[in-house]
Amino acid sequence: MLQTAVPLPSPAAVPSLPVAPAPAPDTAAKITASGLDFYYGPRRVLEQITLQMRRNEVTALIGPSGCGKSTFLRTLNRMNDIVPGARVEGSVVLDGRDIYAAAVDVVDLRRRVGMVFQKSNPFPKSIFDNVAYGLRINRMTRSREDLEGRVEASLRSAALWDEVKDRLHTSALALSGGQQQRLCIARALAVEPEVLLMDEPASALDPIATQRIEELIYQLKSRYTIVIVTHNMQQAARVSDVTAFFWLGRLVETGLTTKIFTAPAQKLTEDYITGRFG
Amino acid sequence: MGRVGKKRSIDLGFRLGTGAFALVLVVIVCAIGFELTRQSMLSIEKFGFDFWRTEVWDPVAGQFGALPFIWGTLYSSLLALAIATPIALGIAVFISELCPNWLRQPLVFLTELLAAIPSIVYGLWGIFVLVPAVRAFETSMPSALRQLPMFSGPPLGVGMLAAGVILAIMVIPFTSSVAREVLKSVPAAQREGAYALGATRFEAIRAAVYFARTGIIGAVMLGFGRALGETMAVTMVIGNNPKISASLFAPQYTMAAVLANEFTEADTELYLNALIEIGLVLFVITLVVNSLSRLLIWSMARPARQDAAAVVVPAAESAA
Ligand SMILES: Nc1ncnc2c1ncn2[C@@H]1O[C@H](COP(=O)(O)OP(=O)(O)OP(=O)(O)O)[C@@H](O)[C@H]1O
Ligand SMILES: [Mg+2]
Repeated sequence: MLQTAVPLPSPAAVPSLPVAPAPAPDTAAKITASGLDFYYGPRRVLEQITLQMRRNEVTALIGPSGCGKSTFLRTLNRMNDIVPGARVEGSVVLDGRDIYAAAVDVVDLRRRVGMVFQKSNPFPKSIFDNVAYGLRINRMTRSREDLEGRVEASLRSAALWDEVKDRLHTSALALSGGQQQRLCIARALAVEPEVLLMDEPASALDPIATQRIEELIYQLKSRYTIVIVTHNMQQAARVSDVTAFFWLGRLVETGLTTKIFTAPAQKLTEDYITGRFG
Repeated sequence: MGRVGKKRSIDLGFRLGTGAFALVLVVIVCAIGFELTRQSMLSIEKFGFDFWRTEVWDPVAGQFGALPFIWGTLYSSLLALAIATPIALGIAVFISELCPNWLRQPLVFLTELLAAIPSIVYGLWGIFVLVPAVRAFETSMPSALRQLPMFSGPPLGVGMLAAGVILAIMVIPFTSSVAREVLKSVPAAQREGAYALGATRFEAIRAAVYFARTGIIGAVMLGFGRALGETMAVTMVIGNNPKISASLFAPQYTMAAVLANEFTEADTELYLNALIEIGLVLFVITLVVNSLSRLLIWSMARPARQDAAAVVVPAAESAA
């Protein structure tokens, strides 16, 4: 477990099992989960999660393995719908509308809420076709030039264009791990999402590739709402504005990243970020 | 040092051992080819390459040509492939992607059961059920269509169509279960990647099928290999007439069927040699078909090594 670089003040002991304080209503909230419960079959893995994720901010989800970070992230674009036996209670509101309401078009929701996975998963196609995939299935382009323009713009946004512009039509699988991950980011950006969910996007990468992804997240923040799961405390401290600490399926504490990493309200949070458990 | 040396020698021994087994396979293939050639020498010397392109098969006159059998084998196998492939892939996609959990195991069991039925039983079913059905289908065909070369000839029931259908039914379990395994081995991340970009269920399945394409071609070729060599059921419904025809209704003949039917009747050396040469031709064609499919799979897999390694590519089965 990594130590934070930030010195911590003496802990304020909180004996009882902590419950996240409900944040004040915020008009800038892009997605709000409220009272969210999640079940895999009979097993409840998320319990009463209430969390706001704001526009143009990076929200980091941290917590020990198995605490439900990925599960929570996947409720935000209804990716758990395809898991048999999975069930959600509570609500997730995107731009004022509950994404679990009956009338919601899941396909369109997933286009609006993009996702980047822990392990890069490019399609076994060319670099160009990977980025064009989402544009094609969503019929977002009018002409070949339009398509090419959007592919280039997405690759530029993902800071990959210069490395691949001469080999757009070669296989994406020949790229390095870090490049593949940026390709997956480009692919997600191509369909013009409003929210970007990233599940440990840099966990399989070396420090240099990780740094590039972090810089990228920092740049993308001005245009998207970003939610990122990470096991790396320093990464969370570096890239995020807000941090949410999950523990055994509960949201223990959430707040400004600077606050969480310098003066966490809960003893549990402090123990976790200082590496005393997890 | 000693331990490392010992490890090395075990490693070397292992490589030599497995290498030897691989070599045995090559030797067996060569030995079969050699023996078939040796046993058919009379016929090879008498007819030479003409054997491959002569249409006459007349044991009484001592005239032997393999062309009608080559034609019949390829025609029936390709027909079977054309019928079986879409159905088998449909079954595989349904079982692995669409079907509710409780139905999956029963369906898998059923397809496996189909694969376990002996060829002769298929043949009997063919004679009593399929052939009359095909005959009824043939007689009900409008006469305008019957003018086409594909549907010409009397409606006998036995013939190419019945053979193609029965082969298709026999091939479907193999192709579909291999295709199902291949689809199962596609990482969930591929489907989720597609869903995350706004794919519909259909589009996500297409992404999975695309990922598995080399393995699926392998599954289809496996079916083709089986169809090429299938003997008993085909012999019972194809009509056994060594006459080349484009018609689906015409009774024809396959290499495997003529071997099964006439081997015991071969009363002259030349006749016997000609039959064995038919076996040789079947052997060569099977080898060529398998090599071509390997080549196809290999050339597709080359630009995308990672995905090819992730799915099993079944070896098309030798049928000779
Ligand atoms: N498909 C599934 N079916 C059943 N249980 C699951 C499934 N996926 C996850 N779980 C369980 O749900 C809990 C939360 O898992 P989740 O993947 O959300 O944790 P996580 O916080 O992302 O962990 P990690 O940091 O290891 O990725 C775990 O206990 C896990 O065993
Ligand atoms: Mg996770």
